[in-house]
Amino acid sequence: MGLIPSSSAPSPVKEIANFGPISEEGWVTTRLDFLVNWGRANSLWPMPFGTACCAIEFMATAASKFDLARFGMERMGFSPRQADVLICAGRVPFKLAPVLRRIWQQMPQPKWAISMGACASTGGMFDTYAVVQGIDTIIPIDVYVPGCPPRPEALIYGIMMLQKKIMHEQMSSKTLRNEMQPDPRSQLYIPPDRIDELSEPFGNSVHQTRSAP
Amino acid sequence: MSAPFTIYQPAGEQPSTPKNLPHKGGAANPSAAAIAAQFPGAVLRSHVMWGETTVFVEQSKLHDVVQWLHDDAAQCYEYLSDVTAVEYRDAAQPMEVVWHLRSIKHRRFLRLKVQLAKTEPLEVPSVWDIYKGADWLERETFDMFGIKFAGHPDLRRILLWESFQEGHPLRKDFPLRGRLSRAQQLTNALSANPEARYSMEELSIADAFEELPLDMRARLTGDSRTGE
Repeated sequence: MGLIPSSSAPSPVKEIANFGPISEEGWVTTRLDFLVNWGRANSLWPMPFGTACCAIEFMATAASKFDLARFGMERMGFSPRQADVLICAGRVPFKLAPVLRRIWQQMPQPKWAISMGACASTGGMFDTYAVVQGIDTIIPIDVYVPGCPPRPEALIYGIMMLQKKIMHEQMSSKTLRNEMQPDPRSQLYIPPDRIDELSEPFGNSVHQTRSAP
Repeated sequence: MSAPFTIYQPAGEQPSTPKNLPHKGGAANPSAAAIAAQFPGAVLRSHVMWGETTVFVEQSKLHDVVQWLHDDAAQCYEYLSDVTAVEYRDAAQPMEVVWHLRSIKHRRFLRLKVQLAKTEPLEVPSVWDIYKGADWLERETFDMFGIKFAGHPDLRRILLWESFQEGHPLRKDFPLRGRLSRAQQLTNALSANPEARYSMEELSIADAFEELPLDMRARLTGDSRTGE
């Protein structure tokens, strides 16, 4: 590499460190997009939002055997203001919905979100009065990781997909800087009728109210 | 070598084990007969199942019965382990409110029940003034069943959020998904401000110190760190 002080090499200017290129091989040219995305993708700081058994698998992912630190996620932050990627692991009840929304809004741009597990992504088996049917109705989600709970390999695969997504982002894209605002009347990112349509009863759960008069 | 561990055994009583207990019948808790003798007409009926005694009490007498069970030296039920309610699928059957009492001194367990007709307002007396631990238990029963506890100092929802508008989820007529549409539920939930409910004064133990009981104040200010 050329970016070494040339004081060790014989220099016409004596005793002054010269950081100039020694030869043409010392120059690296690149796109700024690539460089910034490369840096962002490989130093993501996750903010775990663990509410259920998925959080246990998340801990296994972060622990020594699967070692999330290999992907630049060395620093596990429990403060949303110093985090890049929100990993929501577990079911989210309606009571926690304003909390999750607040945490997401506190995170600085650019930021990403991973929905880990069936419950966070769709409500899962908890098709009840108390559980949010997919956290993408509260915050925008980049990667959904299926599983109940997902194995650490699955979460790592989701993180690698997120890294791939980050590598394709463009600095000129305004979505990286502008906060997405919810609809002021309904406080939702998705139109209300679309949410109702998506959470229609399906499968066996149409029989759930058989005890009602 | 320390002394071998011995189980305290009251004279003349054999410890009851879960093994050879009959499904129905068997030795009843002597407190059941004692209640019937102390409060004539208060006990509707009682039965024993799996070694546990259940006493159905008249609603108006419940508070007196619990007070007596707590205070009387021969009963000495120091511990209220649960307050809950039951609703049966058969709509004609009344609802039941259940109190689980435990006497650590006499090693007894007693279940009290009050039947509530659904046609009348669901209200029972609170036992908060006897057992302070009834506070959250009664709030949970109110939250889930909508049963009011007369005399409770702060009867509001505990598990569900304050702005939950859809009723009481453990009632049989409550649909599992709730009554509102998903989008409406989400909008209601997001409009709640979880920080607005509690002031910093409420959360600060320094400000709440004056309201603590005397013995707890003495323990917090003293050197003792053993707890209760």
